[in-house]
Amino acid sequence: MRDQRASLPGAALAWIVAFLMFFPILWMLMTAFKTEAGAIANPPLIIFRPVLESFAAALSQSGYVLFAENSIVISLVSTVLAIAIAFPAAYSMAFQPGRRTQDMLVWMLSTKMLPPVGVLVPIYIIARDTGLLDTRTALVIVDMLMNLPIVVWMLFSFFRDIPKDILEAAQMDGAGPRRQMIYLLLPLASPGIASAALLAIILSWNEAFWSINLTASHAGTLAAYIARYSAPEGLFWAKLSAASVLAVAPILIFGSLAQRRLVRGLTAGAVK
Amino acid sequence: MSASVSIANRAVAPADLLSRSRRRVAWTLLSPAVIVLALWAFVPLIMTLLYSFQRYNLLYPERRGFVGFRNYGYLLSESSFWTAIINTIVMVVAVLVATIVLGVLFSLLLNQNFKGRAVARLMVIAPFFVLPPVAALIWKNLLFDPLYGLIGWLLKLVGLPAVAWFTHFPMIALIIIVAWEWTPFATLILLTALQSLDPEQLEAARMDGAKSVNRVIYIVLPHLARPIAITIMMESIFLLSIFAEILTTTAGGPGDATTTLTYLIYIRALLDFNIGSASAAGVLAIILANIVAFFLMRAVARNLEA
Amino acid sequence: MQQSTPAPMPLAAVPLAAALLAGLSLAPLPAAAASLTIATVNNPDMLVMQKLSPEFTKETGINLNWVVLPENTLRQRVTTDIATKSGTFDIVTIGTFEVPQWGKNSWLSPIGDLGAAYDMNDIFASVRAGLSYKGALYAVPFYAESSMLYYRKDLFQAAGLTMPDQPTYDEIAKFADKLTDPSKGVYGMCLRGLPGWGENMAFLTTLVNTFGGEWFNMKWEPQLTSPAWQKAITFYVDLMKKDGPPNATSNGFTENLALFSTGKCGMWIDATVAAGYLYDPSKSKVAADVAVAPAPIEVTPHGAHWLWSWALGIPETTHHLADAKKFLTWATSKSYIELVGKTNGWVAVPPGTRESTYKNPDYLKAAPFAPLVEKMILSADPEHPTLNPVPYTGVQFVGIPEFQGIGTTVGQDIAAALAGQTSVAQALAKAQASTKRTMTEAGYLQ
Repeated sequence: MRDQRASLPGAALAWIVAFLMFFPILWMLMTAFKTEAGAIANPPLIIFRPVLESFAAALSQSGYVLFAENSIVISLVSTVLAIAIAFPAAYSMAFQPGRRTQDMLVWMLSTKMLPPVGVLVPIYIIARDTGLLDTRTALVIVDMLMNLPIVVWMLFSFFRDIPKDILEAAQMDGAGPRRQMIYLLLPLASPGIASAALLAIILSWNEAFWSINLTASHAGTLAAYIARYSAPEGLFWAKLSAASVLAVAPILIFGSLAQRRLVRGLTAGAVK
Repeated sequence: MSASVSIANRAVAPADLLSRSRRRVAWTLLSPAVIVLALWAFVPLIMTLLYSFQRYNLLYPERRGFVGFRNYGYLLSESSFWTAIINTIVMVVAVLVATIVLGVLFSLLLNQNFKGRAVARLMVIAPFFVLPPVAALIWKNLLFDPLYGLIGWLLKLVGLPAVAWFTHFPMIALIIIVAWEWTPFATLILLTALQSLDPEQLEAARMDGAKSVNRVIYIVLPHLARPIAITIMMESIFLLSIFAEILTTTAGGPGDATTTLTYLIYIRALLDFNIGSASAAGVLAIILANIVAFFLMRAVARNLEA
Repeated sequence: MQQSTPAPMPLAAVPLAAALLAGLSLAPLPAAAASLTIATVNNPDMLVMQKLSPEFTKETGINLNWVVLPENTLRQRVTTDIATKSGTFDIVTIGTFEVPQWGKNSWLSPIGDLGAAYDMNDIFASVRAGLSYKGALYAVPFYAESSMLYYRKDLFQAAGLTMPDQPTYDEIAKFADKLTDPSKGVYGMCLRGLPGWGENMAFLTTLVNTFGGEWFNMKWEPQLTSPAWQKAITFYVDLMKKDGPPNATSNGFTENLALFSTGKCGMWIDATVAAGYLYDPSKSKVAADVAVAPAPIEVTPHGAHWLWSWALGIPETTHHLADAKKFLTWATSKSYIELVGKTNGWVAVPPGTRESTYKNPDYLKAAPFAPLVEKMILSADPEHPTLNPVPYTGVQFVGIPEFQGIGTTVGQDIAAALAGQTSVAQALAKAQASTKRTMTEAGYLQ
């Protein structure tokens, strides 16, 4: 079925909202093309001649490629692992709920209640003793564990939107949980799975605390890369903007591709 | 590809056998998640608990010892501790309200069918991609700064005096920044949920003459009840640990106007290197978070099951 | 039910792919010839060092792995590693605050003798003293700074003012009143207001020092409610309220640098390293109009300007002591300074460490402020920072580990007074109480 074309005021309002939300990022993008002096000009420069010197500074010497590669590998692998583990768990809680299900959900979320800064020393010692300091593996594991509760919750939520009868019918026909999950749930819940994956990837991408504290020169992610450009002595707004653009660009591109997946999931339809 | 289903000849098993094997299956499916999270939760938690009962400062490695509840007593009698709790609650509640309200509005707007809506969606979601310290710096310097920022410039244009946000309205400024970062999160979840809303229902209501406002209130909102509940639960967990934004803008000040519990833990752990006190604060943070979660679950539990 | 859905991936393939990718992530890194892991701050001098380090690798064949972070994050990162004896770093960049403490804990390898060519005595004695514990040097200074007064010659001329050779704070307050002109966007006095032991408290400690106050008396009792403190902080708050920029509580070094270089400040008291930026016409709008003067004094010259040095130290957990010493020698040698002068310009040379730098005509030509900076550094005395005797060392900080937390908390309280949330007396009373608590808990007081 086709959605009706939106009304003009409706669409206009949507664009206004989009512009307002995006504006700070747009401003950052513009600043990335200014010189440092231009970045702090007052009144703020809206029309200016773009330069690339800030990007050059942000790329020179900084190992951007290594950081980007680490970010990509770590966020993808940890997300895949998180979904692989969360998927059956969410299935079980959504379709075979027991008395304990709600408690289980809350408990999972509670594992995120301890602010990471409070467990820095214990985790650091564990990482050191297992030889995982400054490795990508350590970050994959940590990110996966940090995102797992969120992924479980999101999948659980989307699974609840799927009418039980479909799965029950399959159950009656003799399909076990594995079959149900692979052949029914996966396609039906794909927008939800895509959202959860996108969220997990973003959270892992932006994860700064462990990325900085558990790594040295080999396994740092773009979050550590950005830290370099924050608050050094001397002016840095343009360089920081350039570095941020470089740090956000890969995931923004990825996000726009994933967007289409979400939309396609919509047209595939999950409705009765 | 149609679901391939084998039609096995199976007698219908008696009820309790089925349920027992079902439970076992359910547990097998759940167990990897539970085991993995349990390790992650318990090991550091036990260590933190142990440290919280010790006198342990990284800079004085030779002075370790069991001191019972002294760290806790010290924290609880500190006025900044209670201020931190209040600040935390204020910030979390304000951001939750802002993001949910805006999230509902934005998701409704973006669910419409208009040209280029994929681009508009990306623009609305984009703030979530930006690293928190960078987001904070953008707002602090490029927008809020009374001398260099855009907002100050706009205010001057209309003849209003520039506002020193972080001096006089630090909490409000912080809430704005955090709400900007997290509204995309709520929007994303609610938007995906809206897509499973049957348009025919809405269409039927429209044809019956229901005004659009009523359509929203009576059809859309109930459908969104569970995703909203889920969003609240998840967001509050994240918001409780907000830290980088405070560090980059106000450093917890002026005074302790923007010191939250997490920031207090940071000061103890990474400025004082007082691991004992930081661990105690961490344990107290967990207790607080659990209390919050308990009340939240009370409020939204029905929506989870519905 | 008929659906056109994309073919679902067989569930088994997912963990397989994950394992593959995980395997990739575990791939062993190419074995390197001797390599050192260096943790350093992200300021311009260090970034220049990083850029020039291929020269070192060429000379010695030792590879360098860099970890570059902002100051506070770096300090935390390195402290966590060193205190847990994890041995991640071979060389760490640390400051005059932590070197004596870490030397005391035996966390650093003593530097010892680096050879005659290195000419240790060429390095300023005061700087060396700040990096030693019980006479043994634990880190070599990469650069050093003090604080001084920057002011706008043109604005002074226009207002008919002259800067004396050694200004006092009373004179400065009068100057600031005359220079402030919000309609032109000029504020007479820019000072740090951002809370932090190394931010606003660095300056405020020197202010308190020169007003005759101190942090602790000989019995380690905090003195924050003493008359000297009251006077100093009241002076600061009044001055900033009258002649300071708005939003001062968010302004640290960087923000004030931006303000001064774009012409918004009449005067600014801060680190001597800002000079290189402010005098550079490609970066600063006021390069032609900026001048420097000694940091103001009030009741006593003791502790009126600070001493800070970023230095390279070697954790004693390192396995590459000899190689690390080679790098230290290279990065702080006379030839390195020459190298920077030739490749990056003399104004970018790391300041404040060697006498030979300050006798070099190329440097003096490029940096007209250099003689004053030298004077400031040589006269900053961390051993006697105050009017009255004190049990601690450090000019703009107190060299005890607890100071990071204490300084930050007090900095926050004073920022509240500056923001008008509390009175100065209230802020100081609060600061005194919390400092006393901390000192009691830490065992300094009974």
